[in-house]
Amino acid sequence: MNFGNLLKIALKAISNNMLRSFLTMLGIIIGVASVIAMLAIGQGSKKSIQEQISEMGSNMIMINPGNREKGGGGVRMNAADMQTLKNADYESIITKCTRYVSYVSPVVSSSGQMINGNNNYPSSMTGVTLDYLEIRKLSVSDGEMFSEQDIATSAKVCVVGKTIVDNLFPNNEDPIGKTVRFNKIPFTIVGVLTAKGYNSMGQDQDAVVLAPYTTVQKRVSSITYLNSIYASAKSEALTNKAIDDITEVLRENHKIRGEDNDFSIRSQEELSSMMTSTTDMMTKLLACVAGISLLVGGIGIMNIMYVSVTERTREIGLRMSVGARGIDILSQFLIESVVISITGGLIGVLLGVSASYVLKLILNWPIYIQPYSVILSFLVCTLTGIFFGWYPAKRASELDPIEAIRYE
Amino acid sequence: MGDNKQKAIIQLKDIRRDFVVGDEVVHALRGISFTIYEGEFVTIMGTSGSGKSTLLNTLGCLDTPTSGDYFLDGVEVRKMSKNNRALLRNRKIGFVFQNYNLLPKTTAIENVELPLMYNSSVSPEKREKKAIECLIAVGLGERLNHKSNQMSGGQQQRVAIARALVNDPVIILADEATGNLDTRTSFEILVLFQELHAMGRTIIFVTHNPELAQYSSRNIVLRDGHVVEDTTNTNIASAKEILATLPKNDN
Repeated sequence: MNFGNLLKIALKAISNNMLRSFLTMLGIIIGVASVIAMLAIGQGSKKSIQEQISEMGSNMIMINPGNREKGGGGVRMNAADMQTLKNADYESIITKCTRYVSYVSPVVSSSGQMINGNNNYPSSMTGVTLDYLEIRKLSVSDGEMFSEQDIATSAKVCVVGKTIVDNLFPNNEDPIGKTVRFNKIPFTIVGVLTAKGYNSMGQDQDAVVLAPYTTVQKRVSSITYLNSIYASAKSEALTNKAIDDITEVLRENHKIRGEDNDFSIRSQEELSSMMTSTTDMMTKLLACVAGISLLVGGIGIMNIMYVSVTERTREIGLRMSVGARGIDILSQFLIESVVISITGGLIGVLLGVSASYVLKLILNWPIYIQPYSVILSFLVCTLTGIFFGWYPAKRASELDPIEAIRYE
Repeated sequence: MGDNKQKAIIQLKDIRRDFVVGDEVVHALRGISFTIYEGEFVTIMGTSGSGKSTLLNTLGCLDTPTSGDYFLDGVEVRKMSKNNRALLRNRKIGFVFQNYNLLPKTTAIENVELPLMYNSSVSPEKREKKAIECLIAVGLGERLNHKSNQMSGGQQQRVAIARALVNDPVIILADEATGNLDTRTSFEILVLFQELHAMGRTIIFVTHNPELAQYSSRNIVLRDGHVVEDTTNTNIASAKEILATLPKNDN
């Protein structure tokens, strides 16, 4: 018997029992729809975290004082350990690591109060160089960035983010050229950064104050060390080579011979994978739960196929007596269960995709439907149909025609 | 016995069939031999337990005998594989059952097409054409697209007979084909069988009703797994004449 005839018979059998077939499909529909929706939610939040991180600069390398590996896990480190990065380290990275590193900026921060007349706003001033804008993918929208000259002279100038402007100048005045105070020190605003909004961790990325690092070191904090050094590799692929180069230079500067470094280097990539690992875990968990419902749906198919085989024993006997071979009967029931599961799968895909978009529209959740998740759940569906249809179909094909035809 | 010059359709030589039930061996058939020739209308009679069902299953290639030889249209059946027997049933045998065994919620045409569905050499167009021909032949030309549950018992049995004819079988095996029908409808079906016989079809009609012997050309009686009687009927009664004398059904 050819496939076309078998398909015709299977469709006929399904349409003869429309309601029951639909209820059987429901298990698969719910299973597939939830697999797709869960993966869409998981992948969506992962993707949005990744996007925000790459907005911060995907090639970014962060050099921090102290050994994170040794002192990690929340153990508070010795204050002296936090002062290991010096200006000389920054200068040697800039001169020696030119092969893989494109931008380097020291980072010195100090927290305090920004004050303009009656308005004030608690903020942290970050001392950097011009390269910082490139590393963090920032840009100046009004006015301009402070100059190399300002760094050399430790000028009291700053570039501020939009949140600072909004809080210090509530009446929409032009902040450029205005003098504000950071703690007690007057600073002239030379530029305003392009707004970036909140990041994935809920931090306001516009509440920043950038000033020359020399100014922050000498005039604000009175320190000689750096809080950290930010660099950027020439490309994402070169990040690890850049890290190796920097490590070598810093070990040489710090005269380290042993195992333990007194600094630690982290790439954005590491941070990204660290932050997405939680969502990955959640995605897997959700997919597992959804997968279980697909399994339950499959068992539903098996159950109904068993009932169907028993109910149609006489039909099977008749088909055998007019010349159906075991393989014909097997294929007939197998095709029936596969048709049920594939149809259920199709409806499930549609339902899952639309449910994802509804979530996106109503709850504004980040949703990303990966094509592979659709293909995968479809494939799993077909396999479910074959797997759970096999035993009932096999049983049908092994019936004795003599007994089957007289079955009451 | 039939005319020896005719072609033998069925040859049974010392057919035995034993069933093992628990520790006991039940001998359903204890050495049956006969030959059925082309164009015969044979009734096989016997009370329940006489072995007639087992014989029918054997003749229909549904069951294999324990020993003995069975040739159907010159082909030896006993050593055939399951699949080859299915093929043989598909090409050479037409079954008519007591309870019609039509597919539910399925039209007359689709029911009759069924045996040809398992023969991939028949195209869908040819299949439908052949099914319609057979339904017309059994007098159901008006009810081609009626579903099986919309028809009376007699009509359903006619569909079943059309289904048995659709593959041009060398033999039609009827198992108590009139057993579920009222007297009048039974005679209508008998008339149909006699007409098929007149057209040259070979028919084996298994029944427990001894009255039916007079309408066939030959009668074989079974008892305890043996053939106890095998008579040729030269004076075949016409079912049509009897039918004419019966009162019409009220409905």
